[in-house]
Amino acid sequence: MVGRLGVEDMSDQNARGGRDGRGTRLVTPGALLGASEGRRIGHGVVENEGQLIAVKLGALIENEDEVSILPSYTRYTPRPGDLIIGVVEAVQSNLWFLDINAPFNALLPMSLGPGKAEFGGARNVLNVGNTVLCRIQEVDETHSSVVTMKGLGLRRIDSGIVEEIPPHLMQSLFSDNNVLKSLKSSTDCRIILADNGRMWVDGDSNSMSNVISKLEQIRSMSRDFSSLDSMVEILQTEVH
Amino acid sequence: MGGYGDVQMIDDNGIRVDGRTAGEIRPVSINAGIIPVADGSAEVIWGTNHVIAAVYGPMEAHPRKIQKQDRAVLDVRYNMAPFSTTDRIRPGFNRRSREISKVTAEALESVVLTELYPRSKIRVEIEVITAEAGTRCAGITAASVALADAGIPMTDMVISVASGKINGVVVCDLNKEEDNYGEADLPMGVCANSGELVFLQMDGDLSPEEFQIAWDYNMEAIAPVHEMMIDALKRSNGGDE
Repeated sequence: MVGRLGVEDMSDQNARGGRDGRGTRLVTPGALLGASEGRRIGHGVVENEGQLIAVKLGALIENEDEVSILPSYTRYTPRPGDLIIGVVEAVQSNLWFLDINAPFNALLPMSLGPGKAEFGGARNVLNVGNTVLCRIQEVDETHSSVVTMKGLGLRRIDSGIVEEIPPHLMQSLFSDNNVLKSLKSSTDCRIILADNGRMWVDGDSNSMSNVISKLEQIRSMSRDFSSLDSMVEILQTEVH
Repeated sequence: MGGYGDVQMIDDNGIRVDGRTAGEIRPVSINAGIIPVADGSAEVIWGTNHVIAAVYGPMEAHPRKIQKQDRAVLDVRYNMAPFSTTDRIRPGFNRRSREISKVTAEALESVVLTELYPRSKIRVEIEVITAEAGTRCAGITAASVALADAGIPMTDMVISVASGKINGVVVCDLNKEEDNYGEADLPMGVCANSGELVFLQMDGDLSPEEFQIAWDYNMEAIAPVHEMMIDALKRSNGGDE
């Protein structure tokens, strides 16, 4: 029987690791990672009969006594407190269903919505296709999540565009705040990076197209671990 | 001698109709990440077989009646393209494709950590573009690579190989003629690292001794195919060689 240590939360946000893709040892599911004695089990690793086993495809990270895997690809897994960008997919009398780029849609109850609405008037406040900036309020054990728009800066998004970044790259590319700062300054855009792999970009059309082209390049290289440095460089490069 | 019409498929020196020895598998080539819109994908070219697998999810399981409250379900669909064989195959599901979809799902459920995604569905599409023989084995192998490529947590990767009997001789990895006119077929799915058996079928009769030889051939064929799977995943993810 395989031990379940270390797999309680498989969200990619838990994967730690530097962004240096050079010399990265890529491991595949089932790869034996040595004895478990004296080592802590991190993301993407399980223990079975004293042996550590990789359960995800990704880069092996050995930090001091912890062994973890930086996955090459994962979907977004919501966690309470995450700032996310959601798109309204369905409306009921007193709640909205949001697509949050996760396996399951999130619920936005009217009590946590953006404004007052009569029962049955939810559509007048937020309609299908509207985009909102919100936070994950709670996630239950079956991965159903409730989001809130009560909080500083949480609002309906009426301008700019929403672009996508592969969720597994969020930690590697933006763990250093300077990367996002450089992107904002180099493109002269207002940018909000959400934890669910979405990015709100607002500015003049030339600036926005610069960001779009940078993100397109990132997406095209997203599966290549050896390109992490190049991706950071693309994000930080000044556009003329 | 053996099968239908006593077709001679192996000579006195143990050389088969396609020039292989008894324990030799056909040339195999594996590529991962071939479908950009899928969460994970893989292509397996095994002899003349050409199989593509794509994985989508985990996603909300629909219809709701298929949801499991404590784990994800693997929704596997094996399909042969109408042009994949010399006789046109009627499009859509049939008894054989349903059976192969079911056994493939059961083999893969042994290694996928489905309990991490309650109420979800992981969709695995296996499409046979060209069929020679052993498409279910190529399909399971391709699906295994595609699941790994999609970042689905798995305790191991499954590799499937078949051995069989032609003219009274046990041989590994039957080709089309050997499959059609042979006397037995033993496809197996094995976890690459642990060596656990997750899938076994047998068509025809094998004596205990012949079964053991076929088993050994299959087990021997696992390692080189596993190497190719790892190599394919590394190539598509920019890892070290």
